[in-house]
Amino acid sequence: MLTLPAFEWVRPDSLDEALRWLADDPAQQLVVAGGTDAVPNLKHRLHTPRRIVHLSGLREMQGIVSDADGLTIGALVTLSALADDPDAMHDAALVADAASRVASPQIRNMGTVGGNLCLDTRCTYYNQTFFWREALGFCLKKDGTRCHVVTQGKRCVAAHSSDVAPALIALGATVEIASAEGRRRVAVDEFFVGDGIHNNVLVPGELVVSVHVPAAARRLSASYRKLRPRGAIDFPMLSVAFAARSESGACAEARLVVSALGAKPRVVGGTDALVRGKPLDAAAADALAEAAYKQCRPLTNVPYDADWRHEMVRVFVRRAVRDVIEGSA
Amino acid sequence: MSPRARSGAGKAGDADGMKVPEGRHMPEAERLTPPAWPGGRSAPPSGEFAVIGQRTRKVEGLAKVTGRAVYADDIQLPRMLHGKLLRSVHAHARILEIDASAALALPGVHAVITGRDLPTYYGIIPWTEDEQALCEEKARYVGDAIAAVAADSEYLAEEALRRIRVHYEVLPAVTSIEEALEHPERQVNEKAREGNVSKHVHLEFGDVEARLAAADETVEAEYWYEGSTHAPIEPHCAIGDFDATGFLTVISSTQVAHYLHRDLAKVLDLPTQRVRVIQPVVGGAFGGKSESFSLEFCAAKLSMLTGRPVKILYTREEVFYAHRGRHPMRLHYRTGMRKDGTLTGVDARIQIDGGAYSSFGLVTTYYSGQLLTAPYAMDAYRFDSTRVFTNKPCCGPKRGHGSVQPRVAFECQIVKLAERVGLDPIAVRRKNFIGANARTVNGMRVTSNGFLECLDAVERASDWRAKFRRLPYGRGLGVAGSMYISGTNYCIYPNEMPQSGVQLKLDRSGRATVFCGASDIGQGVDSVLALIVAEELGLDLRDIRVVAADTDLTPVDLGSYSSRETFMVGNACLDAARKLRDVIAAALAERWGCRADQVTLAKGVACSTRDPHKECMSVKDAFQAAEAKSGTLGSVGWYQTPKLGGDYRGGTIGASPAYSFTAHVAEVEGDPETGFVRVVKLWVAHDCGRALSPVAVEGQMEGSAYMGFAEALFEQHDFKPAAVGHGPGIHDGPSLLDYRIPTSLDTPEFESLIVESVDPEGPYGAKEAGEGPLHPSVPAIANAIYDALGIRCDRLPFHPPRVLGLLKEGDARARWEQARRQRDGVAVAAAR
Repeated sequence: MLTLPAFEWVRPDSLDEALRWLADDPAQQLVVAGGTDAVPNLKHRLHTPRRIVHLSGLREMQGIVSDADGLTIGALVTLSALADDPDAMHDAALVADAASRVASPQIRNMGTVGGNLCLDTRCTYYNQTFFWREALGFCLKKDGTRCHVVTQGKRCVAAHSSDVAPALIALGATVEIASAEGRRRVAVDEFFVGDGIHNNVLVPGELVVSVHVPAAARRLSASYRKLRPRGAIDFPMLSVAFAARSESGACAEARLVVSALGAKPRVVGGTDALVRGKPLDAAAADALAEAAYKQCRPLTNVPYDADWRHEMVRVFVRRAVRDVIEGSA
Repeated sequence: MSPRARSGAGKAGDADGMKVPEGRHMPEAERLTPPAWPGGRSAPPSGEFAVIGQRTRKVEGLAKVTGRAVYADDIQLPRMLHGKLLRSVHAHARILEIDASAALALPGVHAVITGRDLPTYYGIIPWTEDEQALCEEKARYVGDAIAAVAADSEYLAEEALRRIRVHYEVLPAVTSIEEALEHPERQVNEKAREGNVSKHVHLEFGDVEARLAAADETVEAEYWYEGSTHAPIEPHCAIGDFDATGFLTVISSTQVAHYLHRDLAKVLDLPTQRVRVIQPVVGGAFGGKSESFSLEFCAAKLSMLTGRPVKILYTREEVFYAHRGRHPMRLHYRTGMRKDGTLTGVDARIQIDGGAYSSFGLVTTYYSGQLLTAPYAMDAYRFDSTRVFTNKPCCGPKRGHGSVQPRVAFECQIVKLAERVGLDPIAVRRKNFIGANARTVNGMRVTSNGFLECLDAVERASDWRAKFRRLPYGRGLGVAGSMYISGTNYCIYPNEMPQSGVQLKLDRSGRATVFCGASDIGQGVDSVLALIVAEELGLDLRDIRVVAADTDLTPVDLGSYSSRETFMVGNACLDAARKLRDVIAAALAERWGCRADQVTLAKGVACSTRDPHKECMSVKDAFQAAEAKSGTLGSVGWYQTPKLGGDYRGGTIGASPAYSFTAHVAEVEGDPETGFVRVVKLWVAHDCGRALSPVAVEGQMEGSAYMGFAEALFEQHDFKPAAVGHGPGIHDGPSLLDYRIPTSLDTPEFESLIVESVDPEGPYGAKEAGEGPLHPSVPAIANAIYDALGIRCDRLPFHPPRVLGLLKEGDARARWEQARRQRDGVAVAAAR
């Protein structure tokens, strides 16, 4: 079978200890929680860290807490625990639903919320063995200089592939980040950046401690739609998260997120002008679908025909909005 | 009927036909004739069956599900080294120089070998030996093996590979059928006689043009069958162990221990009698382990050089490169039908993408035409099949070898014609039924044939009459039929020895041990052996041990391919068991003073039918009585096929002592907005002769139908075309993430309907069940999609982008509505 590269491995007992390890030569550390993304990537020699800081021994960063402020989910909560959690299903059903659609039961039992949020971007030219990438001539995300998706491209367009992230963004969630220097909190929407090589704001030495879904999300109706050929295992080929709130028959707020396109999830712009103050109905669904279709342009970074995936933006957005309409009715 | 035949290209063309070629065969030996018994092969030994037909467990099943089964990679030998193969990064390149000095300098690296260390060519078909364990002069696809390393650990071996420097001269590659034919000068495989033609077969039976001209309707269409691979859950693994006496043992996850045995001796230049092949438990094969692979030769050679056992375990990626999967085929059919539904002429032109080597390709090329001629009769038939070499991993036999692709085209042709003449797709199949004890247009002998019962069963179970062309838009039913061989009539290398041998040992404890070269790859041949011994000798299944697929311990069986095991091994086992049964019966008859045919052995008890209460004892006592009378108890049994096949070159390819028959009905649901098709249910009726173990037969039927369904909707063994920045022939995604086999969530409900035609030559009447039930899956689904959505899926796979594209071409909905009206017309006509 494929082997792991050589590395030093530490399993800290506390978050403080983990952060101390990370502060030592930060760029050469790899944080591993469930390992479902990291281990195959290591075997493919996509990561070649000097040291792995394995978080499985931590008692912190666990648990899901629901209070007046909202729902706080520890970064080390497994995806299956999140998917089955009654508080999560009540406060942030969209996120629990998205978590339940990640990969397969075995992977959800190991994979964590923090890991899924920090999932490395994916590309058909990148997530391959060293041998395969050598035959390709490598790519600009790893070991090479050329992008095989956008041939003249200078910027990596590997796809953001997390299922929970679009759902968290749609609900206005924030993420808490820690390093040996201290803590900071950013909106999940601002957590991601449009660079496929490293698509989030974490700097070496930092890790995600928790995510927080505000109490206001409890009033939202929402739907998550994932395009994948199989009922399990596959990463999204397109993901759509839609959340909205209606007051006396009119849409008071709406947020539409489409992902698995480029390096960061896309919050579809102009939704306020399209639906705010109007009834959320079939016409609104069509308008949102059309807006998303115009703003999103799938690439060949993800399997299956890009034009078909583009058409599916329309279909999946329409269906997500209809889910919300039917759910609220 | 004597055909007009042309066949050529490739050195294979000189001596194909699977007959003994001129000048190579022994003086015409009398072909062995298996023994005959009163009551024949299909009858129970006495009265009624005790074990056969019961819902019993597979004998090895519990070991597998409790984690006790020992697979090749579970085996660790003392001082064992680990090997890895270096593979070509180019689709086509001359190997100018290999510098392994940096690899050898790495502490813990013990040996590096290249093509020069294993220069002998080999190949499963003796007339197309075109492979080397490691390419000596030229790499022919991305992933072709060119060097091997043995080191203390897999990690070190992998690191060593990265230190081997290969100097290549990159050559222009061909990666499609068109390119291969357009550019004969870019020759992939020098063993081809001309250009990139691996094999060409042209056979015509009857006057096809005249019969097509006599048809009331003809349909002409082109189909594309996408390549697919086996994806066994266990990757290939082999251990080579060369000992101090000069004896080589190879433990390998193979399905053809006997052929591997011969190839190892040849390539490693060892006497055959100093080589032993052991097949441990195999975790799936499906045809993907039915010839010798680089790892077996390299593990052996590295062991010979280092004096230590060497294990090589393929990565999942390497399994995709070893491949030997389903050939992509372009199939062009012209088919004629009279107004009453009778098939007239069939004309097929087939192009086959073979990849870089021959593998079983000679047979594949014949099978693409030879296996189409039942269950329907046809007046005249012609096929022209060309297999080409391309710079891609080599295709070979995958479950339903060679005949799945043409079957898809033909079964869709029949439905298109049925619509033209206004007949129900099931009725038109009944109309053309060839019957039992028939001869096909290409000279194949058909004996038992339960195809009509299969059609009846799926029609009834699926509620066809109420549903076909009556379901709302988006939902529909489709039907298809097929036939398949129960083993090929002749061995791959010419000889007159039996197809299968079995040795049976009984001892005083009341226990039996069956020794046989047969290869259980999950299909259950170990259970077949145990069931037959249990039935004949009255034993409990738990009191039988099966020792299989070890060339030192077991008589030769040719292995697990062409759906031959139940038929061939079963008959050999029946022979061995009946010989011992006769010895026991004679001893008891003498003791009781009755006739031997009055002695029965069943359910642990031996008794006479004359006075079963007085004249009875345990089978254990019976064994002891027989041993006291006749000496130590053992027997050998064997089976050899009768002479069969058409009297023309290639006429023996496709000949089988018995054929199985299958019919499927598929019900699908299509989403016109996305193009997603979901198979709701597959009804699978299969004539397996007699189900020795109904549970195992159902397992094979479901597994086959699943595999066909997977090829219909999901699987694509494809390669990236050359682009700015990279060369051609890079695999699209050699992993189980990117190569999408359906999960349990995607899998439809199956209903298995066993049909038993009781074949006169099968063991207890049994025929094959492992490959036949795959064939109708794809065309039944394609035909159901037409009923559901009004589109004709003539290209595989029927994945959402393709289906949506077809829905946008023309007015699918209008076609669908027209088909509905026609159905009403047929119903009205029938009512009148």
